[in-house]
Amino acid sequence: MIELYILLLFMIAAAFIAVQIKDLLSSIIAVGAAGLALSVAFLILKAPDLAITQLVVEILCLIILIRATVKRDTASTKDFRGFLTTIVSLVFIGVFLFFAYLALKELPDFGKPIMRVAANFIEMGQAKTGASNLVSSVILDFRAYDTLGEATVLFTAVIGTLAILRRIGRKKKDEVVKEND
Amino acid sequence: MTKNSKGMTLIVKTITRLTVGLILLYGIYIVLHGHLTPGGGFAGGVIIALSFVHLMLAFGKEVALKKVSRPIASLFESIGALMFLSIAVIGFVGGYFFLNFFINKGTPFKLFSAGIMPLCNIAISFKVGAGLFAIFVALVLLKIDSEDKER
Repeated sequence: MIELYILLLFMIAAAFIAVQIKDLLSSIIAVGAAGLALSVAFLILKAPDLAITQLVVEILCLIILIRATVKRDTASTKDFRGFLTTIVSLVFIGVFLFFAYLALKELPDFGKPIMRVAANFIEMGQAKTGASNLVSSVILDFRAYDTLGEATVLFTAVIGTLAILRRIGRKKKDEVVKEND
Repeated sequence: MTKNSKGMTLIVKTITRLTVGLILLYGIYIVLHGHLTPGGGFAGGVIIALSFVHLMLAFGKEVALKKVSRPIASLFESIGALMFLSIAVIGFVGGYFFLNFFINKGTPFKLFSAGIMPLCNIAISFKVGAGLFAIFVALVLLKIDSEDKER
């Protein structure tokens, strides 16, 4: 498990760099490094389905981020950070860590014990559905209703994006719309 | 990225010409084997979308939009959504939502097995691939058009 902790430290470092660095492109590359490390961490935790999905979605997001943000000078960070803000942030982080420690202490070990429904899925999954990939048999047979909802969410997101970003807006016949980017 | 949106240099174009078909084939493989190996409709659909994104980044928007234009992407997305929903509704014939309605589920570890799952994977991959490609086209074309107007 030592490699998992190394990966977690790497991800924390990449996240710090992504927040703190000035250059926008370097920040996006740091985000990509964190995502790649997350994908490898999923592989170490024996979740290859999730690793593949994380990797490809990360690549697509990086491409969109690079195309959308580079060459557009939106980087206007200020170095000013007040004393009170720092104190409030530190107190909030301390409270959060305290309660997170209390909550995470009570969690059972990773993957143990197997719950009743999950045990039924693991035992009967292949016999009931005929699929040898157990993850696929859960998301497309036992819990297919959830997958339908997720697909609906994505469909709504695409429709919303296309509706906002379409080039030709509706306007009256003689109306002149002034475009400011 | 060059100023005119005609794509990148010759090296990038040559490598793209060699690899873009392989990426598309790999996406289709991931979709079709979603019930046997890790992957599935979502990941495979994103890989299929990435192959067209790759084409657009290397060759410019005209080449990629000649292959898949925006109305066609919208059409495929709608087809995927309707296909997934109709698979769900057909299950009512046998009694409940998402009934795995093939009687013979086939032998495990074979390509034609697991009832409705390959069909669901194909539907989801249509939806995800076309939808993400449409989002990318909308975001990138908006930027290119605004740059064209400035010049």
